[in-house]
Amino acid sequence: MKMELIQPFINAADAVLAQGLQCRTSVGNLSMDQEAYRRKGVAALIWVTGDIEGRIIIDLDPETAVRVASRFAGAELPESDDLIRETVCELANQVIGNAVTSLNDQGFHFRVHPPVLHTSEHGPKSSEDTEALVICFETPVGNVFLNIALRHNASCQPERAAAVGQ
Amino acid sequence: MEQFVAVKRSKDGQPVRYLVVDDSVFARKNLARMIETFGGQVAGEAGDGLTAITEYERLKPDIVLMDITMPQMEGIEAAEKIVQQHPEARIVMVSSVGYQENIVAALQRGARHFVQKPVKAEVLYEVIKYVMGEDGTAAQAAGAGA
Repeated sequence: MKMELIQPFINAADAVLAQGLQCRTSVGNLSMDQEAYRRKGVAALIWVTGDIEGRIIIDLDPETAVRVASRFAGAELPESDDLIRETVCELANQVIGNAVTSLNDQGFHFRVHPPVLHTSEHGPKSSEDTEALVICFETPVGNVFLNIALRHNASCQPERAAAVGQ
Repeated sequence: MEQFVAVKRSKDGQPVRYLVVDDSVFARKNLARMIETFGGQVAGEAGDGLTAITEYERLKPDIVLMDITMPQMEGIEAAEKIVQQHPEARIVMVSSVGYQENIVAALQRGARHFVQKPVKAEVLYEVIKYVMGEDGTAAQAAGAGA
């Protein structure tokens, strides 16, 4: 998996979390994962198709989701399943939307599908060419995990592939 | 949350009325909270483009804040349909996907402006004042400090 594909997602997550939480975040553990995805808390999964294909998962525990929602709203919010689900999906939307904006400006074209709540304990297994990068963002309200498994579409334009160093 | 100088309708001094369209309840509530700090009023909400069209007809809001990626009908198509029927409609697209093609497509099809998520209240406030133009007035409430 090329860093050119990953960096926009890291930047976007950092920017969205820092702005929404009004604080600095830091990247903690970073690991590669070739096993089936194992959910840590409440997770939203977004598929992308086009020049780049794969999926991105945003995962946080329910308590962290409530604290994130409260910070984003600027007021203490009561814990509820709906709020937790909404928070995780909207966070995924914003991070992926911002990353996609950056990638599109680099010439990649693809479609982002609406987020789906990932409820099973195990997710889609990554393959040899779509091994997942798991990034933990440490924030004052808890850890937010980003799990990225993306690859260039084999049919993408040769000039595009050259531009990213394939 | 920061409080802003209220933006009122010039014609009658009443709060600006908003229709907030987003499939995320969380996003709608966040926008509604910002609207409150602008001295505005949420006239209605919709979770998809089709509902946005019917709600616009029913409520005739001063401003529509419209997400792009939504089920049933996406925001750009809904904006186009509203503007076809109501050329005076003031529609501001609010989306996390802010690449140039998207923005151009939205503006070409009738949207007045574009704000990228995550929304900064001060950015949205300036956009609201710009889009309201002479039909809006930002003025301190009587008795409020300068």
